[in-house]
Amino acid sequence: MSGTTIPATTVLNVVNVHKEYATTPPVHALRGVSFAVAKGELVSVIGPSGSGKSTLLHLMGTLDRPTSGDIIVSGHRVSELSDRDLSSLRAHHIGFVFQQFHLLSSLTTLDNVAEGLLYTGRPLRERRELAEIALRRVGMGHRLDMVSAKLSGGEMQRVATARAFAGDPSIILADEPTGNLDTKNSDAIVELIEELHATGATIVVITHNREIAESFPRVVGLLDGQVEYDTAVSEVV
Amino acid sequence: MALTLQPSKLHVTDLIRTATIGIRTRKQRAALSALGIMIGIAAMVAVLGLSQSSKSELLAQLERLGTNLLTVEPDVGLGRGSGTLPATATDMIARIGPIESTSMLSAVGAHVYRNDLIPTGKTGGISVQAVDQELLDVLGGSVADGVWFDDARAAYPNVILGSVAAERLGVHRVSGTQQVWLANRWFTVIGILDLFELAPDLDRSVFIGHVAAETYLDHENLPSRVLVRVDPTKVDQVLTVLAATANPEFPEEVTVNKPSDALEAQEAADDAFTALLLGLGAVSLLVGGVGIANVMVIAVLERRGEIGLRRALGATRRHVASQFLSEALLLGAMGGTGGILLGFAVTAIYANIKGWATLVPPIAVIGGIAAALLIGGIAGLYPAARAARLSPTEALRTT
Repeated sequence: MSGTTIPATTVLNVVNVHKEYATTPPVHALRGVSFAVAKGELVSVIGPSGSGKSTLLHLMGTLDRPTSGDIIVSGHRVSELSDRDLSSLRAHHIGFVFQQFHLLSSLTTLDNVAEGLLYTGRPLRERRELAEIALRRVGMGHRLDMVSAKLSGGEMQRVATARAFAGDPSIILADEPTGNLDTKNSDAIVELIEELHATGATIVVITHNREIAESFPRVVGLLDGQVEYDTAVSEVV
Repeated sequence: MALTLQPSKLHVTDLIRTATIGIRTRKQRAALSALGIMIGIAAMVAVLGLSQSSKSELLAQLERLGTNLLTVEPDVGLGRGSGTLPATATDMIARIGPIESTSMLSAVGAHVYRNDLIPTGKTGGISVQAVDQELLDVLGGSVADGVWFDDARAAYPNVILGSVAAERLGVHRVSGTQQVWLANRWFTVIGILDLFELAPDLDRSVFIGHVAAETYLDHENLPSRVLVRVDPTKVDQVLTVLAATANPEFPEEVTVNKPSDALEAQEAADDAFTALLLGLGAVSLLVGGVGIANVMVIAVLERRGEIGLRRALGATRRHVASQFLSEALLLGAMGGTGGILLGFAVTAIYANIKGWATLVPPIAVIGGIAAALLIGGIAGLYPAARAARLSPTEALRTT
């Protein structure tokens, strides 16, 4: 173990992370990014395209590994985990919301949310129960049995958000959750995220929309693969 | 910081449910891709089913006709004797212990015509045989119309027609007054026979009694063929002594046959044909497998987003691979099940037309399902490996 001490309440710790893609010429997407997210925080990461936002989300979500540096999710060091362990970490501790929703079009709303808990090993009945609770929370209780292909964009993102928090993960990562929505639906999703935050969820939202980003309690600005600013007082060493 | 991670899991029932998602989403494509396997399995099941059904029919036929009929004939050919057996042959043969009954035929060197106006060359390929009354029983033949010989009828110029001979002579039913022209005199048709299953050549013959042959045609009645029914358990022993008994002087000039062998040989020829059709079925299965592999590769390309999502939800590479492998297996199983049903239907319909019992060997059903699963599995291996290799970030980037 390294000597870094991690506060008990820290859910996510990004420690001097570099990410280089071995393309020609090599792309240095992240150049020493560090910050920590405490339990119950709502953080937005903002930056123009090419600033390394998506790369950072993938690394925080353990979908990819940093070239150097480390990521610690709920006390688990990514650098010490096997590929299978990372899958387990994602199954139990991380919830994702994507810009493209990524719903399974042939499944019902209920089963789409239940599918989010598939790899946790919970039995189907329990998955559906949790899914129903989550869907009712996002105001989709009246569409449980509707095939998701028939939903509107705003509804789809509500379902996707329900999928992300249904299993009560340690952290929810949202990648441009409003990117494919009109203003009205976008506002509704932002409101939903704030509601989740209010009930104690830890959420990181990646966005290029300054207005949305600045409506959140903490903003981390990213530019050219580095943290440009962090509105939090306590910066990570 | 000894935190333990609960491993991600995928229960078997969930795996199966997951495997059906792709099939449910694109039903038509799934059906088409399973079709190749289905046709292959159907072909194999039908071929095996038909072969089994016809085999059981043959066994029933052999059961009915018996495999204990032997024929004794003189060897005909250049420098191979007179074309007849010694006059004593029939009596000698009848003295062999396990022989149950005998019948002697003597070929008459005459021809038969519809009437006296037909040119002598137009024989219609019909032979004339002088026979005893036992022939019908020994051969297991039957009378289609009219009567068979008794002592009185055999002594008069009466003729009984083999089935093919009757047709060629234009005699369709026995009227009692119908006559044919045989060796320059009229013979009255008293009977028409059904086809002989064990002696098809006799269908092209007409039969007269031994006594009539002697009386009216001056025929010597030397045996040209002796038919014997043997105790079924002693057929092989009798086979070895028949030639020497029939013609002790020149046993090498005697040919002994077992007509039921011909039926069995025909079945063996059918077996070769069956093997060929099975080969074609196998080719169809192979093509079906390639079809499934193709569809699965496309599915993996199309469903990159889903693969990325599942990895994000906590699926391991193995979970993703097993999902696509299961989907291929499921397609194979669908094709296999459909193929077995179709094969059954084809067998049942054909067997019904032929009047056979419908029989599909269990090996065809078990083997059919096993082959379909095996091929589905092999076809799914490569796409599954591709899906598993896909990095989650790459999969999520494409939408």
